[in-house]
Amino acid sequence: MSRSKVSDFVLDEVTEHVYIREVYGKTLVELGSKYPDLVVLDADLTVSTKTNLFGKEFPHRFFSMGVSEQDMMATAAGFALYGKIPFASTFAVFATGRAWEHIRQSIAFPKLNVKIVSTHAGVTVGEDGATHQALEDIALMRVLPNMTVIVPADSVETEKVIKTIIEHKGPTYVRLARPKFPTIFKKSYGFEVGKAPVLREGKHVGIFALGIMVYESLQAAKILEKEGISASVVNVSTVKPIDVQTIVEIARLTGAVVTAEDHSIIGGLGGAVAEVLGEYCPTPMKRIGMKDRFGTSGDGMKLLEYFGLKAKNIVQAVHELLEFNSNRKSVGL
Amino acid sequence: MFEKTKEISVLKEVARNVRIDLLRALHHAKSGHTGGSLSSVEILVTLYFSELRHDPTHPRWEDRDRFILSKGHGVPALYSVLANAGYFPREDLMTLRKPGSRLQGHPEYDLDIGIEATTGSLGHGLSASNGIALAAKMDGKNIRVYALLSDGELQEGATWEAITTSAYRKLDNLCAIVDRNRFQNDGAMDKIKDIEPVADKWLAFGWEVEVLPDGHDFSSLLGAFDRARRTKGKPFVIIANTIKGKGVSIFENQGKYHGVAPTDDELEIALNELGEAA
Ligand SMILES: Cc1ncc(C[n+]2csc(CCOP(=O)(O)OP(=O)(O)O)c2C)c(N)n1
Repeated sequence: MSRSKVSDFVLDEVTEHVYIREVYGKTLVELGSKYPDLVVLDADLTVSTKTNLFGKEFPHRFFSMGVSEQDMMATAAGFALYGKIPFASTFAVFATGRAWEHIRQSIAFPKLNVKIVSTHAGVTVGEDGATHQALEDIALMRVLPNMTVIVPADSVETEKVIKTIIEHKGPTYVRLARPKFPTIFKKSYGFEVGKAPVLREGKHVGIFALGIMVYESLQAAKILEKEGISASVVNVSTVKPIDVQTIVEIARLTGAVVTAEDHSIIGGLGGAVAEVLGEYCPTPMKRIGMKDRFGTSGDGMKLLEYFGLKAKNIVQAVHELLEFNSNRKSVGL
Repeated sequence: MFEKTKEISVLKEVARNVRIDLLRALHHAKSGHTGGSLSSVEILVTLYFSELRHDPTHPRWEDRDRFILSKGHGVPALYSVLANAGYFPREDLMTLRKPGSRLQGHPEYDLDIGIEATTGSLGHGLSASNGIALAAKMDGKNIRVYALLSDGELQEGATWEAITTSAYRKLDNLCAIVDRNRFQNDGAMDKIKDIEPVADKWLAFGWEVEVLPDGHDFSSLLGAFDRARRTKGKPFVIIANTIKGKGVSIFENQGKYHGVAPTDDELEIALNELGEAA
């Protein structure tokens, strides 16, 4: 039979949808009393990123910097040089795009303890359109030495990530999104930097996903199971340092790999997994994500459909991949 | 249809229609920037219905004046002005912020509908305007370039790099307008990161500066653009004091209407106040 084993920290069913950026704001408030050195900076988007919740509780440790992303990042570097723990937030496109070189020189290179938590990443930004939809931020942050890159998949993981990184020394980038995310994890889910938890183990195909696409991948695995295809689903929430061991193990087990992300397939998770497999375990793969193009205006969640980022697209990629593998086998490759 | 005019009563009527159209479009889209669209209306109407040399039936005319909306989020006002001037049918405004529509949430370079540059990330537009102004001078063309900036944009370092370039390069074919509505996303600017003294700063950077106490007053706008055109050897900036949400009492000077669209009830109130039955 082809049943796959589902990990016990994954909920059987989704019953709630939560704004993960709101979880971010609330978690900051919770950490505020425990960490007197925590300071929060934002670049004129405090209501959208939800850092305003921290600002209300701790106004003297909250810096609304105005429309000045570069200034904000280098100021955060200054706070870290002094010994504070700065969290700097704005939309992903401005955090990683506008301020990239400030992050490179003043934060990543000197290994400063700055936490960059961006929101509104990916096409799920929605109506604001292409100018506001960061599809390159993972690539931009991943390429920087010393930078840890994390993309939570739901509200439970977001809370754990924020509570973990405040203790984790060094430059860190966390990518959040705008819409409500389905909650997929039980409270017992444990997050560890650099570990990619296997959410479901199956032997025919390995699906590596992050962010909202983890939910879509779990849905895809259910559809595939009905067809007799058992899929592994791995939550690669830490894109860097990437969990080489788990990725190679799953690739060896399945011999077919699909990646899924609300990001460009170039330089993001698809790129990262391809790099790992190319070096350690060459495996046929398909990348689901934004295929070297910009986004558009529209309802954020419906844009996932518009750009082919739904469970059914993952299923289709798996079909194509398995057919490719069996064709190769039939000619003796 | 489009006809250039200095007749204030005509401009006022255009502005009223532009407000009605942009509010309907925002309401239909259920998202977008209401406050900063309404504050720019008179500036844009003056430009497109009086000041700019342009032809809505020939949007690619080489010798047209150029307008760059550096505060890209205010684009509902620009789309509405372009539609009222005849660049595209007014019905198209109802496709605002929809997939595949040319009327995207932030402006995307598309000459056929009169959009001269892609903007939305604040702090790019003045540099792009400098580039056009420099190129036009290089070719000996008598083209003028206009850029509309928000006051929040003056918090971006890149804006001041551009301000320095325009003055150093003596771009007297360039006119910047600052929509000085005193609000940004996070609230009143003087409570977030005050940018005063604004006029003195532009002056110190080498610009000719004109401050308009009322940026909604057509005769002051017409006069300022006239003086801008006649100023030689320097770029010209009009600092237009405006009201965020202008024209609808419930939106005026209300920070929270920066980034949200009118609800059904709010649209009804707005249309009533603008003398239009909902
Ligand atoms: C580089 C950049 N950072 C942040 C934003 C998000 N944003 C959109 S409008 C705005 C500020 C609004 O205030 P202002 O610029 O004064 O515009 P107005 O009041 O005229 O609407 C911000 C921060 C952006 N569009 N670009």
